[in-house]
Amino acid sequence: MTYAFFPGCSALGTGRSYVESLVAVLEKLGSGLNELEDWNCCGATAWPSVDDVKAVALSARNLALAEEANPGTDPVDVVAPCAGCYRALLKAERALEERGEVSERVDFALQTVGLRSERRARTRHPLDVLVNEIGVTRIGAAVTRPLDGLKVACYYGCLVVRPYATFDDTRDPTSMDRLVRAIGGEPIDWSMKTRCCGGSCYCGGPLIGAMPEATLQLSHELVKEAKKLGADVIATVCPLCAFNLEGFQDRMSREFGETLEVNVGFITQLLGLALGLDERTLGIHRMLRWNLPESRRAAQGGVHAPA
Amino acid sequence: MAQTTAPTSETRKNGSTRGSWKKWRRVTDQSRFEQQLDPGFTQEITSIPNGERLHECIQCGTCSAACAVSAFMDYTPRRLIAMTRAGCRDDVLHSLSPWVCTSCYACTVECPKQVPVTEIMHALKRTALREGEYPRRFTTPIMAREFVGMIERHGRSTESWISLKLYLKTNPFQLLKYYRLALRLARLGRLGFGRESIRRPAELRRMLEAVETPASRVPARGTSTGSVGSLAVAATGGGS
Amino acid sequence: MHLPDGDGEVKSPPESMATAPKVGVYVCHCGLNIAGKVDVERLVEFASTLPDVAVARDYRFMCSDPGQELIQQDIRDGLVNRVVVASCSPLMHEATFRGATAAGGLSPFLFQMASIREHVSWVTADGEEATEKAEALIAGAVRRVALHEDLERRQAPVLPDVLVVGGGIAGIHAALTMAEAGKRVYLVERESTIGGHMAKFDKTFPTLDCSACILTPKMSAVRSNPNITLWTYSDVVGVEGFTGNFTVRVRHRPRYVREDLCTGCLACIDACINKKAKVRDEWNEGLGKRKPIYIPFPQATPPVVVVDPDECIWFKTGKCPRTCVDACERDAFDFEQREEFDEVKVGAIVLATGFKTFDASRIFEYGYGRYPNVYTSPEVERLLNAAGPTQGEIEMRDGGRPKTVGIIHCVGSRDVKYNSYCSRVCCMYSLKLAHLIRERSGAEVYNFYIDMRAPGKGYEEFYWKLLQEGTHFIRGRVAEVTDEAMSKEEEGRLVIRAEDTLIGFVRRVPVDMVVLAVGLEPQSDAEQVRRLFNISCGGEGFFTERHPKLAPVSTFTDGIFLAGACQGPKDIPDSVAQAGAAAAEVLAMVDRGAVELEASTAFVDAAACSGCRTCVALCPFGAITYDAERKVAAVNEVVCKGCGICVGACPSGAAQQHLFTDQQILSEIEGVLQYV
Repeated sequence: MTYAFFPGCSALGTGRSYVESLVAVLEKLGSGLNELEDWNCCGATAWPSVDDVKAVALSARNLALAEEANPGTDPVDVVAPCAGCYRALLKAERALEERGEVSERVDFALQTVGLRSERRARTRHPLDVLVNEIGVTRIGAAVTRPLDGLKVACYYGCLVVRPYATFDDTRDPTSMDRLVRAIGGEPIDWSMKTRCCGGSCYCGGPLIGAMPEATLQLSHELVKEAKKLGADVIATVCPLCAFNLEGFQDRMSREFGETLEVNVGFITQLLGLALGLDERTLGIHRMLRWNLPESRRAAQGGVHAPA
Repeated sequence: MAQTTAPTSETRKNGSTRGSWKKWRRVTDQSRFEQQLDPGFTQEITSIPNGERLHECIQCGTCSAACAVSAFMDYTPRRLIAMTRAGCRDDVLHSLSPWVCTSCYACTVECPKQVPVTEIMHALKRTALREGEYPRRFTTPIMAREFVGMIERHGRSTESWISLKLYLKTNPFQLLKYYRLALRLARLGRLGFGRESIRRPAELRRMLEAVETPASRVPARGTSTGSVGSLAVAATGGGS
Repeated sequence: MHLPDGDGEVKSPPESMATAPKVGVYVCHCGLNIAGKVDVERLVEFASTLPDVAVARDYRFMCSDPGQELIQQDIRDGLVNRVVVASCSPLMHEATFRGATAAGGLSPFLFQMASIREHVSWVTADGEEATEKAEALIAGAVRRVALHEDLERRQAPVLPDVLVVGGGIAGIHAALTMAEAGKRVYLVERESTIGGHMAKFDKTFPTLDCSACILTPKMSAVRSNPNITLWTYSDVVGVEGFTGNFTVRVRHRPRYVREDLCTGCLACIDACINKKAKVRDEWNEGLGKRKPIYIPFPQATPPVVVVDPDECIWFKTGKCPRTCVDACERDAFDFEQREEFDEVKVGAIVLATGFKTFDASRIFEYGYGRYPNVYTSPEVERLLNAAGPTQGEIEMRDGGRPKTVGIIHCVGSRDVKYNSYCSRVCCMYSLKLAHLIRERSGAEVYNFYIDMRAPGKGYEEFYWKLLQEGTHFIRGRVAEVTDEAMSKEEEGRLVIRAEDTLIGFVRRVPVDMVVLAVGLEPQSDAEQVRRLFNISCGGEGFFTERHPKLAPVSTFTDGIFLAGACQGPKDIPDSVAQAGAAAAEVLAMVDRGAVELEASTAFVDAAACSGCRTCVALCPFGAITYDAERKVAAVNEVVCKGCGICVGACPSGAAQQHLFTDQQILSEIEGVLQYV
């Protein structure tokens, strides 16, 4: 199965390894991603604050591009790995379906540049594809280097499950936990799965500029709790979450006077490791900290053969 | 400014929050005359999809308590909703709260009356920007405008550029705090300085301009408002 | 007033089927309910121009005595022999105006109502449109009433016995009241004891009197009253017949102990081969354990033990020394017991099937089922009960005693994601729990409420008392209960996050124990019960009363009445009051001795009937029989309830209904269409 792919602007910057690892993992599992030709910014959460209809139009263009590239396919699945993009595309999808004043104006705007929305495009998150299309059983079967009990704090963040809960529970999502279990890891039981990281979902994270103490406190709560519960790594599904939890850890440690040093990565990187992919393919060398515990690292080195 | 660490009972006993004159707030006028309130403002904000649910708010405060950043707001989301409902236009537009909101939608999904709180925050920001009543030294409104401008010009955002521009405009000293991190990220290949752009930015601009055509002037062709779904659209002619 | 020419000249004697129809049209203002929207004077002018209309008048309140007198006088004066009242709906006042028509000397069936309030003035925005619609409805009614005919009025005797379903406080009170009036009452309870929810409470609000002390005397009274047949561990499985003449089938589930022999000495429980109680005790909300042979609580009524076949070793393996049987001095055990059935005939039925509490685990963020020290209010009721699993001590699941307790109100209530209604009792029982927890444990108690609802005698005073006691009240709905600590004071405790909306701060309150004040919901099988008794449910699933104000304990099915929380969330005083009201309604009906049967029954035109028997299978009342010899269906008009299903289903148009014949309905439609 090949999916239309909307990488999002972060894929070109801080979230690069997320996309690298996602592509590699899906390829390993027999699925392909076709990047949309000339995709544009989804509008993030900045555009709705300026013009809500244009925000829909921006995402609608991407959906229309996906439909154009896949004539006759219904639905056209568009994979959007970034949580912010995922929500923005979903929001546009819903607004177009409602066929009200907003969709009329957007349809007209698309038409002026020779595009049209046929409401065939369906936004999918990688977690959704991994769990509901490929399935944990298939993933489990493809594991060559199980994570050997690696303790993983599954962090879903906000926009993957809010406001639209399309493939998982809004308050108690479990898809990532199921993935972690399938690859031999041990998801920790924590109450922070969907707590806001304080990032605000557009590139650069505006709140860190306006109120660094707010972002730091929220991210710190998450990292500290994961550390307290013994997590070896925090697995994320959003480049912004990952950046906040990872990039500001040194500053958190300074501000709050405690050493944190918790690994932060993308769930796709952990999947990739378990599927036997090498660290470079998965963009692990791009992470600020990657220091999985000794026993687990041994497992990664292929000491344990798959069962 | 909110505290970055949770206080302990010792801080209370030691009275660290006492005695400092800086802690005393200026007394602001605590009364509002009816003529100061603006029902048109309420109407404008509630005109968004499901916005009329704002009137169903029971002021339970779930939004505020579910909010991760309400501790950093001048008015909690609940108060902002009440003030919007009452038509306190000036108080609402001069509140920092919408600019602190991270759009995480926790309030929206938890609200027992399904008030679209996050969307209301967006609507408040739109009104504030349009009327030029936003905090000038605060980064979020600047950021939103810069971001929008960048997309209008290039179709994509470049994280490095937007951050750089932002700090130069608001607080250049903050840059010093982050240059080390930025360099590290750049070394790891996570911070590109080449400007990202789509191939047809002019086309995108044309599309965004066309959005401004009011719905009443949008020609009927190609816009299906019926319930027939994509079939109807397909039938109106022209494939891709 | 508008009268056609020849005002007052007609002096022929009233009512004659043979004479030409002289219709009187009476337009009601209903204060401003109708006149505020509809131009009533224009309606009168319009009506007086219609064919067959002899008199057209309007009046402020047609249902008032002077209003009814207008109709009666016109009939007595010989001006009219058919009556149309344009006013509210037939549900509201058809009986009133039929009565007035009859009092004037006409058959009550020579009357027709035009609903210009519910169907017009209340639901139409534009006055002009409303008036036009009202005109059309009146025209239809006038056309139709000309074709009305007198109908035969039949009565059926009412059987004197009564059935009460549900043995909670409402059912108990209704049963006792009717039994004391000398009626034979069958009280059917699903559980092995009567008492319901009230039997699980330690104290009741706002008086704080001991729940058991006021309930158990009534439970004993049920058992000792010779007029009451108490069937516990039983369910109603079939209801047939109609008002005054119900046949009810009751199933008795086996408890493997003979009720007539067991004295409740409980020796068998001590003797059970299971020395330790291991089975989850539902009576104690799972906080305690019981044996496979058990009695829910010491004052259970009847005091008869029950064997749980799913847990009893004898039932599971067939190998057990059966020490319980040896211990029984009365030889009451009967392991061969099977389901048994009884059939009783009753005149009226009182449903008092009660409620269930909201499943707190549905609200993930409150942590029920995830954090052991999060409790529901029914669980805390058991903890506080002297006969409960901890003998009234507030001992938590981890064995600790709380120093701080948070009570969260409105759990599952006032929330469109769960139940949008207010459960009415939670504020008050939360206050009660707050008081008792404080009294028993000395713990600090925080109440998190949205609005404090204390409307009732002594209720506000009880709230006041709690305020005086120093209980903390935080006005704010809790967003989350979490074990994530942000300070060392919060370590190892549960943190409640809510906005103190009266201040405008978000507060994090660390507590040792959380109590979720769960709301009230319809029983999970309310829908089956509704079907069984052929009554209706509202959107949220509670049984619907006939009228929210004026017939609060009646249902749309005659002879079936409601009591207690099956009709909607209700506290004990209200449940008891309603049970008394239901009993009074039943007594009035039974003592009248007879009920008037539906006159608008169906009939089959034998000449047109093709004998397809479609109607026979469809009739919900079994009123249609098939005459095999003549190959036609026939309606037993005594049994027919006039529902019209057969009329609608009949392919050959042979099934017709009095007052709804094709001719009558078509002419009404014609009348309406002529003026739209």
